[in-house]
Order: sequence, then C-alpha cells, then structure tokens
Amino acid sequence: MTKTVQVVDDVTVRFAGDSGDGMQLTGSQFTDTTAFVGNDLSTLPDFPAEIRAPAGSLSGVSGFQLHFGSGDIQTPGDSPDVLIAMNPAALKVNVKDLKPNATIIVNTNSFDTKNLKLAQYGTNPLEDGSLSGFNVIPVELTKLTMTALEDLSLSLKEKEKCKNFFALGLMYWMYNRPIDITLKWLESKFNSKPEVLEANQRVLRAGFNYGETTEIFTTRYDVKPAKLPKGIYRNVSGNEAVALGFIAASLRSGIPLFLGSYPITPASEILQELSKYKNYGVVTFQAEDEISGVASAIGAAFAGSLAITNTSGPGLSLKTESIGLAVMTELPLVIIDVQRGGPSTGLPTKTEQADLFQAMYGRHGEAPVVVLAAQSPADCFYISLEAAKIAIKFMTPVILLTDGYLAFGSEPLKISNFEELPEINVEFRTEKEGFFPYLRDENLVRPWAIPGTPGLEHRIGGLEKKDVIGNISYDPINHEIMVKNRKEKIDNVQKEIPDLIVDGEQEGELLILSWGSTYGAIKEAMRNLENTGHKVSHAHLRFINPFPKNLGDILKRFKNVLIPELNLGQMATLIRSTYLKEVLQFNKVQGQTFKVAEIENKIIEVLGGNNG
Amino acid sequence: MDNKINELVPEVKYTAKDFASDLDVKWCPGCGDYSILAQVQRTSPDFGEKRENMVWVSGIGCSSRFPYYMNTYGFHGIHGRAAAIATGVKLANPKLQVWVATGDGDMLSIGGNHFIHACRKNINMKILMFNNRIYGLTKGQYSPTSEKGMITKSSPYGTVDFPFNPIKLATGSGATFVARSLDRDPKHLQEVISKAAKHKGLAFIEVFQNCPIFNDGVYFPLTEKETKADNVIFLEHGKPLLFGANKDKGIKLDGLDPVIIDLNDGKHSVNDCWVHDEFDDNPTRVFLLARFTDISGFPTPIGVFRQFNKPTYDEEYVKQIAQIKEKKGVGTYEKLMLSNHTWEVN
Repeated sequence: MTKTVQVVDDVTVRFAGDSGDGMQLTGSQFTDTTAFVGNDLSTLPDFPAEIRAPAGSLSGVSGFQLHFGSGDIQTPGDSPDVLIAMNPAALKVNVKDLKPNATIIVNTNSFDTKNLKLAQYGTNPLEDGSLSGFNVIPVELTKLTMTALEDLSLSLKEKEKCKNFFALGLMYWMYNRPIDITLKWLESKFNSKPEVLEANQRVLRAGFNYGETTEIFTTRYDVKPAKLPKGIYRNVSGNEAVALGFIAASLRSGIPLFLGSYPITPASEILQELSKYKNYGVVTFQAEDEISGVASAIGAAFAGSLAITNTSGPGLSLKTESIGLAVMTELPLVIIDVQRGGPSTGLPTKTEQADLFQAMYGRHGEAPVVVLAAQSPADCFYISLEAAKIAIKFMTPVILLTDGYLAFGSEPLKISNFEELPEINVEFRTEKEGFFPYLRDENLVRPWAIPGTPGLEHRIGGLEKKDVIGNISYDPINHEIMVKNRKEKIDNVQKEIPDLIVDGEQEGELLILSWGSTYGAIKEAMRNLENTGHKVSHAHLRFINPFPKNLGDILKRFKNVLIPELNLGQMATLIRSTYLKEVLQFNKVQGQTFKVAEIENKIIEVLGGNNG
Repeated sequence: MDNKINELVPEVKYTAKDFASDLDVKWCPGCGDYSILAQVQRTSPDFGEKRENMVWVSGIGCSSRFPYYMNTYGFHGIHGRAAAIATGVKLANPKLQVWVATGDGDMLSIGGNHFIHACRKNINMKILMFNNRIYGLTKGQYSPTSEKGMITKSSPYGTVDFPFNPIKLATGSGATFVARSLDRDPKHLQEVISKAAKHKGLAFIEVFQNCPIFNDGVYFPLTEKETKADNVIFLEHGKPLLFGANKDKGIKLDGLDPVIIDLNDGKHSVNDCWVHDEFDDNPTRVFLLARFTDISGFPTPIGVFRQFNKPTYDEEYVKQIAQIKEKKGVGTYEKLMLSNHTWEVN
C-alpha cells in the first residue's frame, strides 16, 4: 500500500515506560539522530526520584520528551503530539498531558490484568473507549520483539529488554530518520557482546520495517532541517555544558581546574562528567560532605587552581559558612547551584527557582557575591566561562544558578572556536616589592599570590583584616572600610557585564522580565504572539548581582513589568527593593517549568485580554 | 614501598627566626601553645623544604591562630574545616608541604568528619592537634576529649559523656603516622615533629597542651618532674616499655592484656617486657597502647605509636592524571568539544 508523507514544522514526542524499560536511552538515541538530520531540538527527561520503583507501578514511570522542528526550538514542548506508552502505568501518567488528537503508540502486550491493576485502571483503556479522543495505534511490541529474536540463544529476559529498540525503530520510520546512527552506537556499546548487539540491531530494523510494511501506519511525517547558523554543533544537557564550560575556562586561563564536590541530585552529573577529563589535568575531589566540597575548593583557590564546587539547594545551605570565608579571603571560587524543589529534601528531581534569595543573601554578615543564572542548556557552557572569568578577575566567589530543568534538558550547542571564547587572564603576583595581600587595584581587587612564590609568604583567613596590609584588625573604622570595599568590588563587576537587551519595542505597555531557565518558554510565547498585535517586550537577566547597569532605565520605560518565575516572587522582590518599581508577578511552584501557553495566556490577561 | 624522604635541601640555611612572622603572639601568658610554636619554629629549618613551599592551615580556636605566627604561607580557616581546606591546597599543588594546626574541639568535634576522611585517604599532610581537653577561645566549655565527669562552664554538674581517644580514632581511621607528645617536653616534641615532617602520608600528632586559664594542670602529673617518671612511658622503637624514675617498671603483654611488672620483684626481667615496634603493620598493638590512658594506674604512652607507608591520595591522583594523559593524550579544546557526536550545519 502507499503511504502518504506529511510535512510538519515541529513535533513533540514523549517516550514513557517503566524506569527499567530504557526510555532515557531510547530518547537520547532519537535525539542524536534528530540532531544529525539537522532539526533544532530541545529535550527533557522526567524520571522518578526512586531508582527502581516497583515494576509497572505509577510511581515507576520514566519519561523522555523531545521537541524538534524545522524552526527555532526553545522548549521541550508543552504537550506531546505522540506518546509511546510501554505499559498501562506509562499511559495513565502521561495521557493527561497530550494534545487533543495526539497519537498514542501502545505496547498492547503489557496491558494484562496485573499491569492494569498496578496502573489502577478499573477497565482496560484500550477497550473502554476512554481514549476515543486520540489516535491509538496498538502494537504487540513485546511479542514482535520476541519473534524477531526467536533463533537467538539469549534468555527471555534479555530478549524482552530489546523491545525499546523496536519502538525506536518504529519512530525512526514514522519521522523518516535514518537508523544507522543508532546501529553504529550499538556497535560501540556492545562490541564485546556480539549476540546482544545482534539482538538490538535486529529489533531496531524490525521496528523500522514494521512501520513500512504493516497497514496500521498510513502516514509518515517529514520535519525539514532547521535553518541554524552555520557551524559545528553537538547536543548538550545543562550539566554536561557546565562541565565542558569549566574545562574550556581552565584551558583558556591556563590554570588547572579543581572541583570539590559531594553527590547530590540534580547536580551529580557535573562531578561525574568532570571526573572523565583527567587528561585535561582536571582534579575532581569527591569529598566527605558538602562542606568539605567547598572548603577543599577554597584551599585549591588559595593554591592557584580554578576552583569550583557544585551542589543543589540543601548543599548550598551547608556551604554557606564557607562561602563567607571565600568572601573574606577574596579568593576566586565558583559555586554552581543546580536548583531543585525545596525546602529540605523537597522535590529532588524536579525544578524550581527558589534559591535566588539564598544565593543573594544566604550568608551571615555583609557578604556580597556575584550571582549569575543560565538561561538554557547550551547557555550553561557560555555562562560557566563568564563565571570563571569574573571570579578570577575580581577575586570573588560567584554563584552560578542553573536548575533541574536545565541540568537534564538538552539542546544543540554551537561550538565556538577557542579564540572566540572570552579571555580569562590570570596574573599571579610574583613581585615582592610593594606586595601587600590586601592592596587593591582600580577595581578594588586584591592580588592573587599563591604558595610556592618566594618572598610573598603571607597569611589570610576569616578574621577581619587591616586594609591593604592584611594583618588581623579589630579596628571599628577599618572594619567598615573593608565591608564597603568588598561591596564596591562586587558593584564594579557591573563594568564587565553587557547591557541588558530588550527584545521587541524599547518602551511601552508591558515588559516581561525573566531570569534563568524560563527563557525558552517565554521566548516561544513571544514568538507566538509576534503577529497578533500584542504590545509586549522581553528582557532576560543572566547577570543578577550586580544587575546590568541599564536595567533601571529599561524598567522606567514600561508601564507594566511582569516577572514570571518558578518561586513565590523572589526576583520581583529584588527588583522592587532595588529600583522602587512596582512589578506584576507570575509564579508557579509545581516542580515544573512554565508551559508556553501559560506565559501566552498570562500576557494576554495582563494586556486586558485584547490586542493592545 | 618507596619511602624516600624529601631530600630537597634549601639553598638558604634557615634558622628558627626565619619562621617567625612579624605579628605579636597573643596567647595567654603561660599557654602551652607558646612552646609548640617554638618547637615548630626550631625544627622547621630541618624540614628540608623551602619556606615558600610550606603552608600552615588551621580552623578556629586558640590553636588555630598558629598560622599567623609562622612566616610561611598560612590560611586561618573556619571552625572544623582545616583538614578540608588543607586537602584542597595539597591536591591543587602536591609539591607543597602542608601542615594543619588545630585543637581537640576544632578537629574532633566540629571537624571530626574531615579528620577521619583525611586519615582514610592518607592525604600527605601533617596534623598537629593541640589537646587541652577544653574549649578555650569560647571560654571554658567541655570538649570531646574532656574526661567524663569534668566540671566546666557548660557542665556545672560534671559531664556525662565519654571522651574520644584521639590515638585510637586516628589509627582506626587509617592515619599512617600516629604520635603523641607534651608541650612541656620541648626536646621530645621536637623529635616527634621532625619525624612527622619526614613521613610521607597523613601524620597525626596529638600534643597534650596546658590551658592555664580554663583547664590548668590537667597534664601536670605527666609533665611535672615529681610525677612524670611514674606516669609517662616513652615509646622508642626497638626498646622495651619501661617507666619509673629508675626504669624499674615495665609493661608486658599477657595475651591481649597489658600488665605492669616490677623488675625488682625477682620474678620479672626486662626480657619480659613488650618491645615497641614503631613500624608494626598490624594496628592491634597501637590500640592496646592507646588503651593505657583508659586503664587506671597505667602510664601514658608518649612518642610515635606507629608509622607505616601506603600510597598517598595526592601521589595516586597525580599518577592517575599522568596515566590518563599518556593513554588519551593531553586534552585540547578541539578534542574536548569535538569528542562527542557532532554535526555540521552549512
């Protein structure tokens, strides 16, 4: 029979199954192939906090969402067009998120009494008509997989494990993508297990051919390559991009990278990733606790390394006292906080932006630090270089905020040439003449004099220092001078950071002011509203302390300022107190980021429900 | 195991004075810390290390003011974190000789976790722990080494908790050099510090230190002339365990129980005594020695309980980096960014 090919601009696909079903792997393979054929894309995994919740249960469902298209893609997509549900629980958990008329590909073999009961279905949804609003495609995924592997000597369990590749093959057929990238990947993955390799490759082909030959599938979809800027790309998650960014910063600055770290969700991948790069001279110290993670980094900074520590909210709380020490000793240090739902253990695998106050103010005493926030997975690379540059240039701790959504989400990163990266100059003090540990330059930055340098032996620490000289001083006037010096030094960072850019009209009715990972959703919402006549502009903050110097002027030029954020209004409070400007809040604290539609609707609501 | 002592000889011959910073020392008059500082400054010229390569790191407490008085690189940290900060210094530059000055509260209470893990990892650094069995800087609360029942400002009716035995703790945690000395025995303290300086691996020295203000005299039975001989037993490698003014009392081992013997009783001779083996692989005897302070009537052992060699964390790390560089080639930006799956957009 002939199959029709329908061209579409963008598609959102969600793979969902048991946490042992290999959905993350399936999703990342689909992502790699999709990137290779030239689509723009954005991905987001969604997995439970439990490693292996009981098989078939609702809490054990693991998902991977991919949004790809021929245009500019900024988010993993609000609602899937296609759901691949490997079992009843996966269907139940995900069906509510689907677009009307979405396609659901189900593994019918898993819809037995036991699994239906585990998924808390009273009746079989495939038979009771409850899915009538969707295009349901039933596939005997398990059976077809087993049949394809009949003659192999693998155990039944091993054979069944291949079924995710049947689903993947089918999706490759449906979206007209080549299977050879995954075939090749399988070769490298299983080169020591020829039979497992054969099984997976065979099942992948079987899935693809199943789409081609069966009559269930009548339509294939074509998503043309996106018009991305020329260059070489790779797909990166936010955590991966942070790791790459700091290695690049180490290469750019010429000093070795030191990471002091303690495992914590969702930040551990930064430690894991960096630990692979020993041939770059990277030292990853997996410490006994969060405090040792930051304290060892402070020691390494004192000794001349590019020192960083990574964590999430609870870990940042533990590191707080030590960050105060880094403020006092004026050493370069980057603290990466991959924010998650809090307080306390909260929602460890979910996203939130509620550590902003902690980053800004969570220390005793007057202890200003630089605060930056990444806007997308790929931006995690560039902002890490910025963080390293500022920390070194200003001899200061820098808190870099990312979040769970950025950490696990992925998108293509355009690879810059080495020469295009920001310059990071390191000048260790070696001159004995006129050396004082707290003698400041025009930006109020003190010298970095590291152990091993003859003639510059000196002592620093947490006690207040005599201005310039650096010896202990309890003098009241001196203390105030030093407090002000430390504050003014951070203010001077403003000279380094670019002006804030307003997207859209430069003045008018409504400005959306955002920060961090909400960038993508807002950007897509703005684009959707572009030709609807709504008068709205957008500015996105990557530099939070200090703010860009033109922010105050921008705020004055708009009648209303709306701040969407994944907390109860922390940035809104910051803006109000800094600029005495009333702002509108749009807050969501559900462990999930904004949907594009939520932003659009809010903008329309603020504008009075009309087109301006 | 390669146990070469650092043989680097500085070009300049230092004296004790070269290690004194220009700050006035501000401990209380009569504090045992003065003696410890003096012994460190006296022995430092013989460490075989250039002054600029020495780093003293500390936490918080009276003892932790120590780095300010040493004319080396110094880092006065925050409460309990000295071992963690020092670890970072050492890993960032393994060529540095890293020392930690700390107290019983700083290292065993708030810093306990960092202490045991530094020992476990065998970070090549030296920890000098001033044990005065009291919180001095905060003015007199009991510490994790205060004897049970001790009356302090925070235990007016006596403490009900049991103290740590630092020698057992360090040994159990894997420290590769464990020793004890006395603030009031300068010569002995110098010997122990010099030995620790030459040890490759984590060296832990517990120094019994008098706090004249909040815990005055707690060690006088061990340090004063009239009582010292009967209460202290000096550990010397290869020598029998003897004590007493006339060295006529000894320790013998009865199974796993140490027993005090009288060499004048006609039944025992020096040949019955336990002979100290500083390089014993087996830590069992260290625990038996460390227990002496818990048994009434037993002398307190002073000296090097044990030293042995195993690879240090920092040398293993350096080795691993070199191996991976050899295997994968030195990393470059191009390799970094293009190593994973990439594609080109034209």
